[in-house]
Amino acid sequence: MKKKLRYERPTITKQYSGLMNKFGSSSLSRPTVDIDGVSIKSLCEGYGSPLFVISEKKIRQNQKNAFRIFKNRYPKVQFAWSYKTNYLDAVCSVFHQEGSWAEVVSDFEYDKARKLGVKGEHIIFNGPAKSEAGLLNAMKNKSKIHIDHFDELFLISELAETNNIRAEVAIRINMDVGIYPIWDRFGFNFENGESWQAINRIIQNKNLKLVGLHTHIGTYVMSAEAYRIAAYNLAGLCKRIKNEFNVSLEYLDLGGGFASHNTLIGQYLPAEQLVPSVEQYADAITNGIFDVSFKSEDLPTLILETGRALIDDAGFLITSVITNKRLTSGKRAVIIDAGVNILFTSFWYKHNIQLCQNSGVHTEDTAIYGPLCMNIDCITESINLPSINRGDKLLIKYVGAYNMTQWMQFISMRPNVVMIMENGKVELIRKAENLDYLLEQELLPKKLKLIPV
Amino acid sequence: MSKIHLIENLAVSDSGFLFLHTTGETFTLNKTGSEIVRMLRSRKSKEEILKFFTENYIVDTNTIEKDFEELVAQLKFYSLVTEK
Amino acid sequence: MKIAVTGLNAIDSPGPGVPVIRSIKDAKDFKGEIIGLSYDSLDPGLYIEKLTSKSYLIPYPSSGLEYFLERLLAIHKIEKLDFIIPTLDSELYAFIKIQDKLLEAGIKLFLPTFEQLEIRSKDKLFNFCTKQGIKVPKNILATNISNLHSIQNNFSYPVVLKGIFYEAYIVNNFDEAVVAFNKLKQKWGFPIIVQEYIKGDEFNVVGLGDGTGKTIGAVVMRKLYITDKGKGWSGVTILDKTLLGVSNKFILTSKWKSGLELEFIKSAATGEYFLLEINPRFPAWVYLAPNAGQNLPWALVKLGMDEKVTSFSNYEIGKMFVRCAWDLITDMKVFEKISTTGELKL
Repeated sequence: MKKKLRYERPTITKQYSGLMNKFGSSSLSRPTVDIDGVSIKSLCEGYGSPLFVISEKKIRQNQKNAFRIFKNRYPKVQFAWSYKTNYLDAVCSVFHQEGSWAEVVSDFEYDKARKLGVKGEHIIFNGPAKSEAGLLNAMKNKSKIHIDHFDELFLISELAETNNIRAEVAIRINMDVGIYPIWDRFGFNFENGESWQAINRIIQNKNLKLVGLHTHIGTYVMSAEAYRIAAYNLAGLCKRIKNEFNVSLEYLDLGGGFASHNTLIGQYLPAEQLVPSVEQYADAITNGIFDVSFKSEDLPTLILETGRALIDDAGFLITSVITNKRLTSGKRAVIIDAGVNILFTSFWYKHNIQLCQNSGVHTEDTAIYGPLCMNIDCITESINLPSINRGDKLLIKYVGAYNMTQWMQFISMRPNVVMIMENGKVELIRKAENLDYLLEQELLPKKLKLIPV
Repeated sequence: MSKIHLIENLAVSDSGFLFLHTTGETFTLNKTGSEIVRMLRSRKSKEEILKFFTENYIVDTNTIEKDFEELVAQLKFYSLVTEK
Repeated sequence: MKIAVTGLNAIDSPGPGVPVIRSIKDAKDFKGEIIGLSYDSLDPGLYIEKLTSKSYLIPYPSSGLEYFLERLLAIHKIEKLDFIIPTLDSELYAFIKIQDKLLEAGIKLFLPTFEQLEIRSKDKLFNFCTKQGIKVPKNILATNISNLHSIQNNFSYPVVLKGIFYEAYIVNNFDEAVVAFNKLKQKWGFPIIVQEYIKGDEFNVVGLGDGTGKTIGAVVMRKLYITDKGKGWSGVTILDKTLLGVSNKFILTSKWKSGLELEFIKSAATGEYFLLEINPRFPAWVYLAPNAGQNLPWALVKLGMDEKVTSFSNYEIGKMFVRCAWDLITDMKVFEKISTTGELKL
């Protein structure tokens, strides 16, 4: 019998001026067949599709690397893991094992950190909406409470007074560091003196102990210079507090906001060409602090709440092709089994999507849609893809940040999440949801029951 | 059964390049795409083309039929075929 | 010696590849070949006889660095390149990021640093120049409509509204400013630069800095004819010590490495020069420079190849360029070759 040829779906592409380049924009030359040495095929066989995969090795590498870079430039560095970025127990625990504190912005995140065994004094409690009970609990545990507004300041003061506790607090400060938008809805403003007023009130309050200053200038900040200005301003305040009140602060918290490898929608050049390296951010921040001269014993600890930049590239989403379609415009569409309900970041990123099997070299501009019966379910409007068939796998990279917290059960449920451990073993770290899980919280009034019990 | 007719003066080069004499439009085709257009050029029927593919390529009848129809739909979209 | 050059898009808003190649080929001590690198099968530079010995299509840098580098290395394997000159703004970030890997493969480049590219970006140039005492038009960075109210306190209409990357509108009153603001916001995002409108003649300088602060050469040109796209269609070399002084100062304080173009306007009202923009690469009119006595593209190659380069001391005044639309005739077969194989040897 004669040997048959490898089949490739037949295609025809019209050439348009401005786009006449066969090398134009295909970045999909080679398929990705494994993650940390574990084959994508076997992962799907074991845990289904879609499937979130997290690499323990990558998280540890990222954290160690970031710590080393900062530590080489500044003597006292402490990371605090930003729970909202990814608060799966397994993920948080890896960060805590690497020495990170917890940075939480809600009562349940706080409790989650405590349950994992994080000491009270190693929890930073941020956010504009902390409950009274939550605050009291945090005070008792000696956690660092970062005050967001005056109402909260008064409440904490009252709680501390009534319960006879001295609360350890910092304030969150917003400022103009030359980036847009300015996050002036959080914390006290630097330029108009609001933050200084808050500092005054805290220092004069016997029930409050000012231990630090905090700022968080934005998200996906692509300017390292902005961090230098922020660090310089915080350090300046810290020194002024020392000079005027003779109070030495324990730390300056520069928050998070470093950009990751993902390219924003509307950004022409890919992130990899524009995003500053961790070294550049670290240079900027430490230079900003050193520009204010401190005596070495007064040098505050530098706290970083880096989230996205430490977890994004440790997360992957494996998804399967459901079908190919031809839209009435002539454009090709691929429907996959992962929708925007589990991949929230599709709304702001041009995701990096890789093929997982050999496909043809001839690519075509394609839209990728999710499985939801909703028009908004679009993973990308435009990507160059070769022909792929039903059942083929695609790998969406850099999805570790925000997706596994902002996802929702909507039309389809949240899938399995596995972690590939350093030794190559695969562990299920969050089970796929099912109908029982969904119904657990629901109550059906008796008179509405169709089936008699 | 309807027959698929390529429009006049349509030739695909060895490299899969298609220049439409009447309109000046240019297209590129991959290997299998070129093969199908060439077979349509020599008046092969759909059945003959599908048979050729299942005999010579690693592909099942369902897949090649679906892909064939999609290619024809695209050829139609670009006004390269007429169906009579 | 083999030198690859990008930017063969010699169209109505031309890339500088073709004039850079012509400059190098005119250098008496250049012995070697030029390889063209192009982003589109219809780039006119591909079809000019005897310009390059061979041309290749390369992927857009926006398609990802790995793929971009892979293609360049594949071309390098065939051609054994010694040097690459990128000539377009949008590819500079990519080349800066991969230059170490190219150097490892034996390809040299002579590029500005990431920080230098940042200094000259439209929202930062103002600050840098003010610090250095270089005159620039008054600026406000606007991020919301209410910022536009401050225009009347700072300067008088008309004013120019500029997008952070491209595009500008001259507006005569607040209402027009709002319209322009909204257009620019949609397309280029924030900040939007509100700039004092200065009426006057345009002057440009092409220069080359060696990276230590030294100016290797600089030629001043006055535009004689400007197209509706704002491109100079003819120009003449002039001697203006003030402009040369400002250019030297910028190159000195930024330690500029690579070619550049500085765009100035001379205020009709006061006679003062204002620096409008800095482009981080040679301009499309760079071929005027070697013909006036300063072969700056060739000097860039020599700097990049670590050869000793002495600064040019002067240039010929009154040398003119007149740009020309000239139809090249080719065959569908040639177009087929480049668009299907991605390579072309004329």
